[in-house]
Amino acid sequence: MRSVGSTVLALVLFATYLGIGALAHDSHFSLGWALTSTLLVWAGPAQIILISTLGSGATVAQAAIAVTVSAIRLFPMVVSVLPTVRAPGTKRRQLILVAHFVAVTLWVECVRLLPQVPRGRRIVFTHGLGAGLLAVCLVATTLGYVLAARLPELFAAAILLLTPLAFLLSTARNCRQLADVLALVLGLALFPLAARLHTGADILISGVSAGTIAYGVHWWRARE
Amino acid sequence: MNFVGDWHALLVLVLAGFLPNEVWRMLGLWLGGGVDEGSELLVWVRAVATAILAGVIAQILVDPPGALASVPDWLRYAAVAAGFAVFAMTRRSTLFGVIGGELVMLAGKWWLG
Repeated sequence: MRSVGSTVLALVLFATYLGIGALAHDSHFSLGWALTSTLLVWAGPAQIILISTLGSGATVAQAAIAVTVSAIRLFPMVVSVLPTVRAPGTKRRQLILVAHFVAVTLWVECVRLLPQVPRGRRIVFTHGLGAGLLAVCLVATTLGYVLAARLPELFAAAILLLTPLAFLLSTARNCRQLADVLALVLGLALFPLAARLHTGADILISGVSAGTIAYGVHWWRARE
Repeated sequence: MNFVGDWHALLVLVLAGFLPNEVWRMLGLWLGGGVDEGSELLVWVRAVATAILAGVIAQILVDPPGALASVPDWLRYAAVAAGFAVFAMTRRSTLFGVIGGELVMLAGKWWLG
């Protein structure tokens, strides 16, 4: 069952990066640019936000703000993974690559697998796991990009649909509190309204307002 | 255009994608410990991050890029709704939900001819 669990996660990750490759192609980025973004950014949500904001004409500053807000969630993940990876005497610089590899899939797999790995070998293990997942995603990015360019329209559309489907469902799966569920639903609902303002910062406006309303409801209910 | 594109495109990638994303990993590395994952600030941050991602999902569905624009609006929404229904019925299986949504979209396009 454990290996099945990791296969399903890897398949969803593969599908996600097929979608990112296809999205990069249809938003007129080069393949090398798409691969460099997978290598350097290594976070699915940040990559689709980057590609779709830049692709729809947002400025560098607007894209950077949207990306950085989406990336704040990496902070608690890194904070929670590192104590399980490090051994007594581990230097901080030995953990830089581990920190770079932290993203939702690696985080889930670390929580699941690291307890079975002897403490002295955990950095090496995490490097191997991260490099393996990254290699899978680079292949998927390339495949998605090439397929979007070559396939008949129907199948290219199917690959592009992977991105909203995979992100909607994996985000829904990660919802832990009422605030998360409300943020997802309101975020979907408010975007079309914010888009009518034609400010260029639609995603930031709908995201910050939907997220803050969701948090407000959470705070108000906690006070009851 | 060469493989990566021009230097300008790469610079935009670093400034708008790499640095604003990586800064949180490096902050986690340097400041780690002392942050409570259940703290109220992080609940708000997670809600805003979730809503921003939801906005991007909505943007791709409402104003789709490239080949996805060839699928009629109602069929895109129906496919995503079907994917969500399968996800809910299979005890939150992302994989089955994605497959279900894709099949509805392909079947719909085939049926439309």
